[in-house]
Amino acid sequence: MPQLDAYRDIVGGQTLEELYLLARYLKGKSVQHVNSTAVGGGVAEILNRMIPLLRELGLDATWDVIKGGEAFYAATKRFHNALHGDAQEVTAQDYQAYEETLAENLAHMRLDAEIVFIHDPQPAALVSRRTRNNRWIWRCHIDVSQPRRQVWDFFRPYVEQYDACVFSAPAFAQQLSIPQALIAPSIDPLSDKNRELSRKEVTAVLDRLKIPTDKPLVTQVSRFDRLKDPLGVIEAFQMAKPHINARLLLVGGSADDDPEGAQVLAEVRQRAHDDPDILVLPLPPTSHLEINAIQRASSVILQKSLKEGFGLTVAEALWKGKPVIASAVGGIPLQITHKHSGILIHSIDGAAYWLRQLLNDPAYANRLGKNGREHIRQNFLLTRHLRDYMLLFLSLDHPGADWIHL
Amino acid sequence: MSAVMPRAREPFRFFTRCCLTMMTGVKARTLRELTDYLKTAPEAVVYQHTDRFLRQHQYLVPEPSNDFAYWVTHMLQDEPLGEQLAAIDTIRFHSLHELRRQLVTVMESHLNGKKELSQAPAGKEFHFLSAVRFSVPTRYQAYDLVQFGRCLQQVSIASLYLHLFEARLRTPLGINDFSHWLETELREKVLAEQVAGLDLYTHTMESLRAKVTGLIETRLHELSHAAT
Repeated sequence: MPQLDAYRDIVGGQTLEELYLLARYLKGKSVQHVNSTAVGGGVAEILNRMIPLLRELGLDATWDVIKGGEAFYAATKRFHNALHGDAQEVTAQDYQAYEETLAENLAHMRLDAEIVFIHDPQPAALVSRRTRNNRWIWRCHIDVSQPRRQVWDFFRPYVEQYDACVFSAPAFAQQLSIPQALIAPSIDPLSDKNRELSRKEVTAVLDRLKIPTDKPLVTQVSRFDRLKDPLGVIEAFQMAKPHINARLLLVGGSADDDPEGAQVLAEVRQRAHDDPDILVLPLPPTSHLEINAIQRASSVILQKSLKEGFGLTVAEALWKGKPVIASAVGGIPLQITHKHSGILIHSIDGAAYWLRQLLNDPAYANRLGKNGREHIRQNFLLTRHLRDYMLLFLSLDHPGADWIHL
Repeated sequence: MSAVMPRAREPFRFFTRCCLTMMTGVKARTLRELTDYLKTAPEAVVYQHTDRFLRQHQYLVPEPSNDFAYWVTHMLQDEPLGEQLAAIDTIRFHSLHELRRQLVTVMESHLNGKKELSQAPAGKEFHFLSAVRFSVPTRYQAYDLVQFGRCLQQVSIASLYLHLFEARLRTPLGINDFSHWLETELREKVLAEQVAGLDLYTHTMESLRAKVTGLIETRLHELSHAAT
């Protein structure tokens, strides 16, 4: 795995120097991250990179994963959806399964690091057994701005036992009695999903996947999920088609284990059936290099979601210097300033209009892509994320201060 | 040359600055709500929404000088007020208190006489944020002008910003750290005034670095001639 110095050419020496400066004040500090899964999902992906880098900076960073049975994960899935605002049937048994599972975990876990850093609602209630000797942070990766009241009322008393919490966007947060930090997630520019690829590597992937390159590619990378609106993407492409010469590529995670996903994929295939300029390409979830190559080969990237979390796929596309047309939902407006670092849309008509504009004005499209890449470099790379976490750790020793002199 | 070089009793210690953004949980949907909260918000909130360091000086992206102007223009669709707020020269103020008063005055005079207020669409509310600022000592320090000039070329632009811009919000008010040290430690009154006289608003941080470095080199040249 790359070490911190490998980021020097990407983020500059001053950024690294800042990290080393801050780390001096945290040397040897124990920080225990706890989440609910070691593999898969954005949290595990970030922790896999974050932990070794924090250790390289001199912090004693560790990572534990809670264990739970089927009933626990079924309950937390419902909690997750309800906290997102979806109507869910949550029963007393769900709460019971949750509390029992966390009690079992507490019996086997030592939560005695100087900073205990809990990720997401699944392990949130571990805080119930905290002692006052250490600091506790709750990192919420989801949008809890409009939760189902009953589930939020269950979690809120736990959340307010923490010293601080962290949200990814101002619009995702709640009014709480504890300090709330705003720390956006990040992408790793050296991962397979984002690292630079040679032209040869890109061509090899496209050849292997049989993606023709005779026309400019317009790509949406996402699961086959209604909230990503793949049918809306097709409609926008077909509206724009009389005015552009391009090929649409819908690429995303395999839907084998997701009945609704399989149904959406079938509908997408049916809608695309008569149009030779639309390619539908389901890929396994581990296809990081393939996604990277496809994004790099594309002329325009779409993210026409109806609802979105932070939407880091937008950051991944912008990092490749690509012009991105994306819906103004979730965390996407934090990543794109309309007409400066990308295009924000609100409708299928908007997507079609901007598709025409960008494909017919490559100079403007390139400028958007360049600005977008710089915006990501400054705000959404792993090094900024490391810095913010270290600042948060330091702030815990100065509660209420707005100027901290180290 | 070192024989005539004034040497400070206290070195200039270069610090750098970092910011952690915090959320207040308060949001505004109308100009009235925006004004009312701004009147009593902690100064860290005023700072957060008027600090243009990152965007304006580092990345050279032209945009309004404060978040209030952007929100009023784009979410309330009130371009005349947005223009007035954008025109407020945030760097001219020597305290966040004064800056807040000016922002509130402009907003209130616009509110006077308005019967109906436009409301931001759902999801486009103004979220009040605040800043926790950190000043962090770096390894750079200087006892004389030669060392000072060398350090200036090495330090980060966040350090330059802290000493040139933010220092003006601390006592002694309105004076940047470089000028203060040059005058009080090295007795370089003229040089201190030249640095203080630079128009911070029309330069990027890198061009400010070059300007200050140029002034120091000129002064060193004078000192070396005086010594021979």
